[in-house]
Amino acid sequence: MRISCPCCGPRDRREFTYYGAADYLNRPALDADASAWDDYLHLRDNPAGETRDLWYHDPCGTWVAVTRDTVTHAVIAAEAVA
Amino acid sequence: MTHRIPGKGLIDRTRPLRFSFDGREFEGFQGDTLASALLANGVQLVGRSFKYHRPRGVLTAGSEEPNALVEVIEGKQKTPNVRATVQELYGGLTVQSQNRWPSLRFDVMAVNDRFAPFLSAGFYYKTFMWPRAFWEKVYEPAIRRAAGLGALSGLHDEGRYEKAFAFCDVLVIGAGPTGLMAALVAGRAGADVILADEDARMGGRLLSDQPEVAGQSGPDWAADMLAELAAMPNVRLMTRTTVTGVYDGGTFGALQRVGLHLADPGDLPRECFWRIVAKRAVLATGALERPIAHPDNDRPGVMLASAVQSYVARYGVNPGRVVVFGNNDSALQAARDLTAQGVQVAGYVDPRADVSVLEEFPVYPGGQVVGTRGRLGLREVAVRHGGGVSMLTAETLALSGGWNPSLHLTCHLGGRPDWDERLAAFVPRAGMVAGMSVAGAARGRFSTAACLADGAALAAEVLADMGIAGHDMPLPAAEDRSYAIAPFWAVDAGGRAWLDFANDVTTKDVQQAAQEGFSSVEHMKRYTTQGMAPDQGKSSNVAALAVLADATGQGISATGTTTFRPPYTPVSIAAMGAGGRGMGFAPERLLTSDSQTRAMGAPMIEAGLWYRPSYFPRAGEATWREACDREVSMVRTAVGVCDVSTLGKIDVQGPDADRFLDLIYTNMMSSIKPGRTRYGLMLREDGHVMDDGTCARLGEAHFLITTTTAAAGPVMRHMDFVHQAFCGDWAVRFTSVTEQWAQFALAGPKARELVNKLLETPVDAENFPFMACGPARILGVEGRLFRISFSGEMGYEIAVPARFGAAVFERLVAEAEAMGGGAYGMEALNVLRIEKGFITHAEIHGRVTAFDIGMQGMVSAKKDCIGKSASQRPGLMGPEREQLVGLVPVDPQAELSAGAHLYNENDPATRVNNQGYVTSAGYSPTLQSWLALGFLRDGRARHGQIIRLDDGLRGRKVACKVVHPVFHDPEGGKLRG
Repeated sequence: MRISCPCCGPRDRREFTYYGAADYLNRPALDADASAWDDYLHLRDNPAGETRDLWYHDPCGTWVAVTRDTVTHAVIAAEAVA
Repeated sequence: MTHRIPGKGLIDRTRPLRFSFDGREFEGFQGDTLASALLANGVQLVGRSFKYHRPRGVLTAGSEEPNALVEVIEGKQKTPNVRATVQELYGGLTVQSQNRWPSLRFDVMAVNDRFAPFLSAGFYYKTFMWPRAFWEKVYEPAIRRAAGLGALSGLHDEGRYEKAFAFCDVLVIGAGPTGLMAALVAGRAGADVILADEDARMGGRLLSDQPEVAGQSGPDWAADMLAELAAMPNVRLMTRTTVTGVYDGGTFGALQRVGLHLADPGDLPRECFWRIVAKRAVLATGALERPIAHPDNDRPGVMLASAVQSYVARYGVNPGRVVVFGNNDSALQAARDLTAQGVQVAGYVDPRADVSVLEEFPVYPGGQVVGTRGRLGLREVAVRHGGGVSMLTAETLALSGGWNPSLHLTCHLGGRPDWDERLAAFVPRAGMVAGMSVAGAARGRFSTAACLADGAALAAEVLADMGIAGHDMPLPAAEDRSYAIAPFWAVDAGGRAWLDFANDVTTKDVQQAAQEGFSSVEHMKRYTTQGMAPDQGKSSNVAALAVLADATGQGISATGTTTFRPPYTPVSIAAMGAGGRGMGFAPERLLTSDSQTRAMGAPMIEAGLWYRPSYFPRAGEATWREACDREVSMVRTAVGVCDVSTLGKIDVQGPDADRFLDLIYTNMMSSIKPGRTRYGLMLREDGHVMDDGTCARLGEAHFLITTTTAAAGPVMRHMDFVHQAFCGDWAVRFTSVTEQWAQFALAGPKARELVNKLLETPVDAENFPFMACGPARILGVEGRLFRISFSGEMGYEIAVPARFGAAVFERLVAEAEAMGGGAYGMEALNVLRIEKGFITHAEIHGRVTAFDIGMQGMVSAKKDCIGKSASQRPGLMGPEREQLVGLVPVDPQAELSAGAHLYNENDPATRVNNQGYVTSAGYSPTLQSWLALGFLRDGRARHGQIIRLDDGLRGRKVACKVVHPVFHDPEGGKLRG
């Protein structure tokens, strides 16, 4: 698998550390109710098809949101989260 | 060498090579494989089969060889299961046969063959069912001893292996006529091309069939084209390189045999495992011929027709009299070619009734081979034809059941091929692997002209697709014969007809599997072990499918194939793991004080990748405990020096640095005054403690934070995430400076006296109070000074650029020793922090909250921080939580151990009674007692109670008093000193 780091270009997946679903980007407000935090922290879809998740490119420190297909393994898009 | 045809072949007859097989010396030539050299010496018997120990010879001339597996001996090392058809000959090559005892010609285990009626498919499953107790103790060890082919030496493999990466526009896999044309077209257009071929010499079937191409002989044309390719700077030719796997994103695995063919490889590695990243790939892997299952078709001397052609034309081997048995036009052509080469074809046998009989050799239309004779090598072939059964005298039987396109790589990403009725073979579908085009025989175009045209056409397509302008290239003229085949898989004439030679699977086994309900192809495979040997059934799977389809009445298309998985051919683990030994597996991170530390005799312990001193032994100290106790007392009464450079250091700068750190840490960092330091706690977003450390404000917009040694990487990653995900627009930047600074802790009542010996401007309690930080000139070097402590004594940490670390450490130790102190190691550091109840990752192990460690007060109410919301959810704080406590044994000398569990005094040690567990333990020379830290349910409310520490592993039960986790100087007077 190869991911295109927005900073460094296409790189081998061994250079990346996987974190989890891109849902982690949508942090609830501090006073959001418990179910919102439960959703954010623990509840994830497990799609057969398109998914978006977060990868850290260790050499450059860029967090990358990768859109990919879990069935075909196609990497559809990779963009910096910031 | 009586079995060589004079003057024939691509071997170098001026370079004879001596080699030995089973202790006998032979001679071959440069350019031989082990298989061709053995055949040229009349050696037909080269191995014994896996299950029945039947005598076996060479079946193929390529990497798909199921039979001719041997052990290569190099000194005391043995490499088992080496394919004789792949191993190139070199002077001094030493080989022995395997899976036989006492000798290849007389093998005791061949008795298995007599019991064959009892050893059919499913034998193990049916026989070794009962009693159950025998499974692991009797059956498995016995079967394991009997199974397997070659044996390992048992020695560590000291061979050199490499791994490497390569990148290209177009990867051409296979350098036969198709691949050569594809590489030429792409190379001439200027694309970056890698042409990989598993053979030592490129050319594929051009070297064996030797058809005329553009008026030249096949080998000559190939040599000319290769010379042109080799001269192109944009083309890389990789011989002896098997592309073994296809992976996502245009990544290919390839194994290159680098030094295995050399008598003296010098510094070359044995093998190199490549990861090749290609924008496009042209698969030109050709096709593999398949045998026909007929009774006793596994006798040495029975070969694929294409292999016989290879041995004759490429290696000049004389096969003796040859009977050709085939069901297709390529087989007939092979018989003609062999005749043209001067080989005596004793008969051409074809089940097709309408086959031409106007040949220079006897033809048996509608004929079948129904048996063979010859104990250890073929002598006679029984042919059934219209006129009955004839016995033909022959040394070689050439089989051709048709050709299977080598489409394995197209299926590695889950694609399934189509059954082509006309070719009686599976062919790849379009688009099975994104970016890969399949050309030539690999997609069923078998004539030389078709291959040349297809290679050129697909390369042009690929170039156009990539926007690279190609040049018109005239196609060289070559034979364009048609290929007709009548599906014919197995001769029905009683006896045993072999499908999978490597795993001893017969047509009967497959039929029996179907009969017993294992009629799905994947079930049949597992039940019979068809295709599960090192060759992965390359020459047998399709015939086995056909026999299964016949037995179930389903047809091949509906039966489907088994799954093709990487690797295409066996890959040694050593090659895949190249560079992964020793420091390649775990690099060593050394402190700047490392050499002096070792010179002082300190045993080193690993802390992540770091090496840190365990303790510094002195004369008269017999055990580590004596040294540790002395070092602890030294710190408590004088001064100690410790290298703490392994702690992670992150430099944080920018106008928004303060509010960023407020978000990262639970406590308020924006309120720290420049020149001051604060202890900080970090949570994960799920409310559990991530790490702790100090945060020093060096300037208004400049902080230096420390992490624990273990969490340095994860904390950096976490900070990057929080910044980029939630506040990317804040003006803050940070970078790891762990390696840039050497940092030393000075601890003890005399710490200030010691630090002042190094400082240009001395400090005192007023101008540099507890938790102060700032720049300092240390021995003439710009450094930093921190008034912090991890020991509970008055403490300073001095930091200097790493290049001065060794000198500063040397000076510190000398000064400290002169003051009655000295260096201390990890053991003492651990005891000191336990005495003070300071936590490490033994305590903050990922499942504890700020509340659990009594630091809920550090979660600021005035601001948000990562993990704050979750840390306050029900279940993460309350009396049901296990909370950090100190434990003191009632008998101070009773040893405590980390990992032990805690129980109420009279409860049995069962899970439901568990009250908590011990995280750290050590002997405190200060308090003359064992001490421990641990987590106890509702522990803070239970100070003063007696609890039982129960270490089931060491059989240790110790009554302990529950106390506050700070054992030593709870008021902190010494710390602030």
